Amino acid sequence: MLQIILTIILYLIMVVPVGTYVYHIAAGKHTFADPVFDRVDGVIFKIGGVDPDSRMSWKRYAAALVGTNAMMILMGYIVLRIQSIPLFNPNGIEGMEESLSFNTIISFMTNTNLQHYSGESGLSYLSQMLVIIFMMFVSAATGYAACIAFIRGLAGKSKDNVGNFFVDLVRIITRVLLPFSIVGGLLLVWQGVPQNFSGNVAVDTIEGTKQAIAMGPVAALEIIKHLGTNGGGFLGANSSTPIENPTILSNLIELYSMMLLPGACVITFGKMVRDRKKLKEQPEKTAHKSLSVWVYGREGRSIFAAMGILFVIGLSVCFWAESQGNPALADAGLSQSMGSMEGKEVRFGIAQSALFTTTTTSFTTGTVNNMHDTLTPLGGMIPMLHMMLNVVFGGKGVGLMNMILYAILAVFICGLMIGRTPEYLGKKIEGREMKLTALCIIIHPLLILAFSALAVGTQADQAGITNPGFHGLSQVLYEYASSAANNGSGFEGLADNTLFWNITTGLAMFFGRYLSIVIQLAIAGSLMKKRFVNESAGTLHTDTMSFAVILVFVVYIFAALTFFPVLALGPIAEHLTLWA
Amino acid sequence: MKEFLHGTRQAVLVTVVLMLICGLLFPCLLTGLSSVIFPHQAGGSLITVNGTAVGAEHVGQEFTQDCYMWSRPSAYHYNVYTESEDGRKYYNDGTEFGGLASGSNNYAPSNPALVERVEADMEAFLAKNPDVERGDIPTDLLTASGSGLDPHISPESAQIQLPRIAQASGLSEESLQEIVERNTTGKLLGVFGEKTVNVLKVNIEIAQAMGTL
Repeated sequence: MLQIILTIILYLIMVVPVGTYVYHIAAGKHTFADPVFDRVDGVIFKIGGVDPDSRMSWKRYAAALVGTNAMMILMGYIVLRIQSIPLFNPNGIEGMEESLSFNTIISFMTNTNLQHYSGESGLSYLSQMLVIIFMMFVSAATGYAACIAFIRGLAGKSKDNVGNFFVDLVRIITRVLLPFSIVGGLLLVWQGVPQNFSGNVAVDTIEGTKQAIAMGPVAALEIIKHLGTNGGGFLGANSSTPIENPTILSNLIELYSMMLLPGACVITFGKMVRDRKKLKEQPEKTAHKSLSVWVYGREGRSIFAAMGILFVIGLSVCFWAESQGNPALADAGLSQSMGSMEGKEVRFGIAQSALFTTTTTSFTTGTVNNMHDTLTPLGGMIPMLHMMLNVVFGGKGVGLMNMILYAILAVFICGLMIGRTPEYLGKKIEGREMKLTALCIIIHPLLILAFSALAVGTQADQAGITNPGFHGLSQVLYEYASSAANNGSGFEGLADNTLFWNITTGLAMFFGRYLSIVIQLAIAGSLMKKRFVNESAGTLHTDTMSFAVILVFVVYIFAALTFFPVLALGPIAEHLTLWA
Repeated sequence: MKEFLHGTRQAVLVTVVLMLICGLLFPCLLTGLSSVIFPHQAGGSLITVNGTAVGAEHVGQEFTQDCYMWSRPSAYHYNVYTESEDGRKYYNDGTEFGGLASGSNNYAPSNPALVERVEADMEAFLAKNPDVERGDIPTDLLTASGSGLDPHISPESAQIQLPRIAQASGLSEESLQEIVERNTTGKLLGVFGEKTVNVLKVNIEIAQAMGTL
């Protein structure tokens, strides 16, 4: 318990400088490292033929984003198909089959990292680097770029430009992801994560048998996997393996790497919105400035608080559920005093496992340090729920964008109740924005529920379910929630490398990612054209704690309305039968 | 049209440049740096005794003999195998070794197969450790880890095996106790993580004390 609280307190301290740094990058402000990075960027822009001073409308920005991602998908797909060539391939891995390649490439480009292959036997080192590591950088940077453009639209200094996609993409990679990855990667190697190009090793054990031990450029993949909230493991069992995550310190490094940037996004949002207000209104209001306002900006603070409340509630339930142990094993005579240890590592125990599980699904990373399929029913419901909500911090900026849609929804609902025109960040929310918001919010449950219904309604996929009873439905539900939320963790028991699963989850990931981003940019584009309205006595303040609480309720009510029936049939029913 | 071509050219060139920087330059740079600064860890933290590698510090191993400490159950038997004369590879329990793997059975808590596996393992454990009461077996010792490669067991799980190990190895329980303590790691700063015993390191010391290594 204490270690969970301390871990979170440390996070709240560390997120502040990182948030400030990311804000400087996003807002194009001066940072201490500019002399170096300006040159690197300059070279990349020159080769790429990018004019860093040109600006884009939201439509051109979205087109550049989707087009560039399409190009990356094409090149990555080719590498996967020809990976059997003897280049960085000491273990003699064969080329990847078409539908699995399709699924894998969509999965990594959309920052989902759902894996229907096992890294040990499915990928050569060449693919691990040129496809997986590369995609981990660019998909994360794509998400952050979209988020920054979205914030620029809302913070609205200009009426028609949201920035330049290529400039955002490159700056985020060179100034944030690469430097952080080099430092973090070295720390991981220090803790014992391998980083080499040699083939797997066979050692002679002291009992006279042999043991195969995995090698490869693990640390390089490991660090960007978390920093970019990607989540796809080098090995099948991901960060639960002591090769990817050998010590408690490496676990904390990985945990913080996935938490810092999404939190930093909220700070960036708060500060960028504040910049605009500063320009507008002169210092009269600066008299009462609390620390949290200084750190997060007023609007950022209420969003951060709402996310924080959701996170802590989920974490508490998960930790409690796992501590209770498994009554079925208690009946068999096995002491459950350590909690439910099936699928968990001794070095992490219940506390760090519950924390990692809640974090990876809240921040949409999808890396796991324990097997989610073996979580207790309620403990496993939390990661599923957080992927269904998809707003609890969320990875690579997308969570923030989703949360702002909920904020718009909350403002709208409150506006109806008090009979005022809803406003958010000084702009009127009208029919067009509400339609787009509703559309965007509805896509996510539609993808999850429709595909799950298709899956349990047909024969092809029922064969994939490996656990009997209610848990079977949970497996299916988790797979699509993970795909649509671009999370990528799995109830790994599911036998999912078949044509049906590869195609349907591929589609869920694709639409879950790009439809949302394009609609969100459209909302920003529509809002930025509007004039700022002056605050009046009837304006609903969105920078207060009470708004944060309203936001939490709106999120939970919406989730309950859409997902409660299916959760009742899956994890809740399993819990009731297990504890009966 | 011209704009479209220009945009496509940008997309292609930026993709190629970033692919080379992120996918090739970065991993190679990190490999170079770590092979200079942390050569042992970068190479997989292999443990060598008398010049031959017997395992890796962070990768668990399966042990079957009574004189050694046992690890947690693993669906992939910690990738430990024996090679038969015809070149085929088998796990210790006789099933075929399908190549390097990691993971668990992924049994849901409500899956009857989980209870069956635990009950079977429990009977086997009690048969080999006759002094142990059923209810005293610690949770971690009969549950599978997520990775199937967990290098650790809890200190309680180590303690409960000592009488068997002492009898089979001929070492005194006190000397075994010392070996276990030497290979026990506490919580980081006394707070983070859990107390763990590294099974492979314990067994190497046991083998050395018995003089078989």
